[in-house]
Amino acid sequence: MDFAFSEEQEMLRAAAGSWLSDRFPIDRVVQLADGEPGWDPASWAQLVSLGWLDRDLGLLEQAVLAEQTGYALYPGPWWSTVALAGPVLGVVPERPTTLAWAEPGAAGDLRSAARPGPATMADAVGLLTGTKIRVPDLAACESVLVVAAGPDGPGCWQVDVATARVVPTSTTDRTRRLAELHLDGTVGRPVALEHGVDAVLADVRRRAGALLACEAVGVAQRCLTLCTAYAKERTQFGRPIGAYQGVSHRIADIFTALQLARSLAYRAAASVNDGTDDADQAVTVAMISAGDAATLAAENAIQAMGGIGFTWDHPLHRFYKRAQWIASFDGTGRSRRAELAAQLL
Amino acid sequence: MDLRDTPAEADFRTELRDWLHANLPPDWAQRTPQVGHFDPELRRDWSRRLYAGGYAGLTWPVEYGGAGRPYTHQAIFLEETARVGAPTHLGVIGLGMAGPTIMVHGTEAQKKQHLDAILSAETIFCQGFSEPGSGSDLASVSTRAELDGDAYVVNGQKVWSSWAHLADYCILLTRSEPDQKGHRGLTYFILDMHSPGVEVRPLRQLTGDPEFNEIFLSDVRIPVEDIMDERGNGWAVAMTTLLHERGTLGFALTAHLEGNMVQLLETVRAVGAADDPVVRDRVAALYVELEGLRYTNLRSLTALMKTGVPGPEGSVSKLQWSETNQRLTSLALELLGPDGQLDGADGFWGGFWQYQQLRSRGNSIEAGTSEVLRNIIAERVLGLPRSR
Repeated sequence: MDFAFSEEQEMLRAAAGSWLSDRFPIDRVVQLADGEPGWDPASWAQLVSLGWLDRDLGLLEQAVLAEQTGYALYPGPWWSTVALAGPVLGVVPERPTTLAWAEPGAAGDLRSAARPGPATMADAVGLLTGTKIRVPDLAACESVLVVAAGPDGPGCWQVDVATARVVPTSTTDRTRRLAELHLDGTVGRPVALEHGVDAVLADVRRRAGALLACEAVGVAQRCLTLCTAYAKERTQFGRPIGAYQGVSHRIADIFTALQLARSLAYRAAASVNDGTDDADQAVTVAMISAGDAATLAAENAIQAMGGIGFTWDHPLHRFYKRAQWIASFDGTGRSRRAELAAQLL
Repeated sequence: MDLRDTPAEADFRTELRDWLHANLPPDWAQRTPQVGHFDPELRRDWSRRLYAGGYAGLTWPVEYGGAGRPYTHQAIFLEETARVGAPTHLGVIGLGMAGPTIMVHGTEAQKKQHLDAILSAETIFCQGFSEPGSGSDLASVSTRAELDGDAYVVNGQKVWSSWAHLADYCILLTRSEPDQKGHRGLTYFILDMHSPGVEVRPLRQLTGDPEFNEIFLSDVRIPVEDIMDERGNGWAVAMTTLLHERGTLGFALTAHLEGNMVQLLETVRAVGAADDPVVRDRVAALYVELEGLRYTNLRSLTALMKTGVPGPEGSVSKLQWSETNQRLTSLALELLGPDGQLDGADGFWGGFWQYQQLRSRGNSIEAGTSEVLRNIIAERVLGLPRSR
């Protein structure tokens, strides 16, 4: 048993952290989030040159990067491309790419997206018709993979985003926006799926979940860092507020939740990477723990920081909204616990 | 990063499973869960078997009677023994606290005298730190030690001492320099519990069990050679003890919690609550916390193997464990409904959950209250200003 990242992985973490803090300080992230198109498209070429989209990058390396992008709140379609599109295509694509699986009126979770058969149809020559909702990073992507029902059953088709109608939705988290994809005889190229669409979507769920759990760890860590620094500096009644146990114990509780979530997020990444039998359950457990930890971290940080943490101008709410985005991705704490209970009882 | 057993770890696990199968009574798996503590004689006998089998002091150096194995083997040992509900070694204080402290601060003579005897359960240790006036504020201990010729004369009172009624020795923290306050002027002894002037009185807990004791010390003479480290340096020695207490305790506690989780699932089925969505939700939430503890322990284990010293993160495991165990046992008791009012012979499993639930309220007090642990995290881990 070896439960630590390698020296090379730690070097990658340090390099990614310093690149992000240099190029994407929180002020710039806020500026991008409040403007259009919501990210810096020029950063994509930089990610490519940094090797973040390398085809030989393993899941553990991606886990390290996901944590750093959560800490920095990097606004851009890296996670969608690596975790949603990558497993469908079998390799991480070079262009920003996302996945469209949810439909109006359907359950909307990844594993049931191809059953009993999506309403979105692909005809024999690959023309697609239908509507997909809550597509992550769609407006920032050049390409989208669409789960649809074809003449030979459900599958995936690749569509150039420019040829489809994209309707942005008013996403709470402005750093990871959702949009609707409207297809009306739009040209799609079928994606060859070696193990069938159900197996591919199950793989997407594992990888996306493991990486989101790591991202949530980064979000929680940033909230902890922000409120700890504030509690050391801000004085009231003649003492730094961090000296009061009503404040410091709340911050200590963030650390405790974060320690547990970090262990489970790394373990999920390792289990998926090694393809162990417990990988699905490891992802479920990690998503519950990390989603809760990031939400708790943001909420306790807002409380510990008092009025300033409640303002729009302070960046804390941006992390809170990302935490909420993660916690409600492909399920909720409640649905995930129900899934876990089915395995225990 | 690879969480799977290495070939050596897998071999160790297989050997251990075989050994447990051969050494536990044949009907062990079918027994009713035990209420309260295992009988001391059963545990002493089990401790001797562990020692003979080479499973006591797995990580201790070979020269001190240990097996010199890596910490991962100790983790496997705790997982596997928890899985089958095996008894634990009787020398809890000796193995987890006194022994590691003697290895760091003890003289060669002290190491020779005590370490092997702890492993074989030939001698049992207890701990004499807390006093009626010194609980969380340990540095305020006032048990007095005065030099008189070749011995110190000790007077005072210690409390919350588990196993003191069975113990042969006590790791004792005293004030040898009455003019010095706080961390300075403390001296740490290894006290022979059979010395004249030592009186042990059982302290009954709210469970009804006399698990803890008070120790009264009246003109007890402790030879100068039984000082650990140096006169006046007791605080540093006590910190070593507490670091090991919290550092390695996490594994044992999580193993105990895993046992309770297995019993909880059985209880849910037994009372017909397996289809209740509220119960299912709460069970799953507890399972997530248990998994969080399990993997946090393994992660700190990797760190421990690199540095050799447990980190302050051990406080996290203890803090989380106590709260999870309290929630788990309260849920179990709630599952029994009105039958939860029946204890002992008339209770479900002989009152197993009644005992577990009541006992769990001590979890957030013993070995560092949750308030003290949150202070440690805030101040030592996060660097927040001191609260006092």
